[in-house]
Amino acid sequence: MNDLLDLVALRTELESIPDPEVPVLSIGDLGVLRDVTQEGGRVVVVVTPTYSGCPAMDHIKDLIVEVAGAAGHSVEVRTVYSPAWTTDWMSDDARERLAAYGIAPPGPATVTITEPVRCPRCRSRRTEVVSRFGTTACKSLMRCRDCLEPFDHFKAI
Amino acid sequence: MTGEDRARWVLRHADDCLVLAQRLGAQVSRGPDLEEDIAGANLAIDLLGQARALLTHAGELEGRGRDEDALAMERDERAFTNLLLVEQPDPDFAHTIVRQFLFDAWQVPLYEALARSADDVLAGIAQKGVKEARYHLSHSAGWVVRLGDGTDESHRRTAGALHRLWRFSDELFEADDLDLDMADAGLGVDPSTLRPAWEGTVERVLSEATLDRPRGTGSRSGGRTGYHTEHLGHLLSDLQYLHRSHQGASW
Repeated sequence: MNDLLDLVALRTELESIPDPEVPVLSIGDLGVLRDVTQEGGRVVVVVTPTYSGCPAMDHIKDLIVEVAGAAGHSVEVRTVYSPAWTTDWMSDDARERLAAYGIAPPGPATVTITEPVRCPRCRSRRTEVVSRFGTTACKSLMRCRDCLEPFDHFKAI
Repeated sequence: MTGEDRARWVLRHADDCLVLAQRLGAQVSRGPDLEEDIAGANLAIDLLGQARALLTHAGELEGRGRDEDALAMERDERAFTNLLLVEQPDPDFAHTIVRQFLFDAWQVPLYEALARSADDVLAGIAQKGVKEARYHLSHSAGWVVRLGDGTDESHRRTAGALHRLWRFSDELFEADDLDLDMADAGLGVDPSTLRPAWEGTVERVLSEATLDRPRGTGSRSGGRTGYHTEHLGHLLSDLQYLHRSHQGASW
């Protein structure tokens, strides 16, 4: 029972690790942290990358080992690809924090026709894509046609 | 199927991703504008991520203790089994885009089929990769249209790139015994089955781009058996130099 409580506490702690590239979100918010389980004598932390080549992944794994180590756990970090990561896992709360941070949150990934992206600064929906690829693999670059500010958009996938 | 055979098949697809990622990475700072420069780097990093996952899986299937670095950095040219298309150089931006488009239009149906593989790891990599490949395809197809249906100069260069790269397109669909065995076992995909989807995409995009389907270009293959064009050796010397000269170095 103590082991189980320990795992739950560890999971809560690991979930709060901030994403290195979008620090307003945690790896729990993003759904990058999939599971914390016990296998035999050791704790296994399961993660999934946002994008196959996400360069933050190695850093996130190091952080997990570090945070778990500080909590007295020696963990194995395991990467899985299925189910494939989707922005639909992001909670409403996380989306609001993302917008407040200046990054337009993703729309639903499962529908093809979505509402125009809202400017995170002035809330206008008169926005346009500047570049389909942005500062990180998970973002595209957009511009608001009302306040004229450029902004990042978290791509829906 | 033996682990060794499965590893050989996975390695083909890992090499496609790795070599194309290296080509794209080498173009960073040479894009026609800043946004496209960033786009190229993003395409490269997605493909590199897919390559790393596939290389790691191939190493595990092979069971000889080779990890992703050993497979990427310590094999010679003849041991690489990527498609000839992806190793072709970038004399201009039209070549970069046309190469990408011909590849993306193939990789999307490949990953769609591979997502149903009986190999769970391979299926997972493909389920993830297909989302990236679709995004890449919409980007490269958009550029083919923009360049083909653009100025006289961009049309001429894009038609030229298409003509020069077309000879490597038949190889995308060549199936050998290993392909067929992998497909029969429900683990892999018979590449010849990808042709209708590829043809559909290519025909639609070329027509919108006012580009004619090339004719009389001939056909080249050999990448899957390690017989490459002269360009791969030079690419690998760039890719592998540091690792081989400073073994075990890290930062």
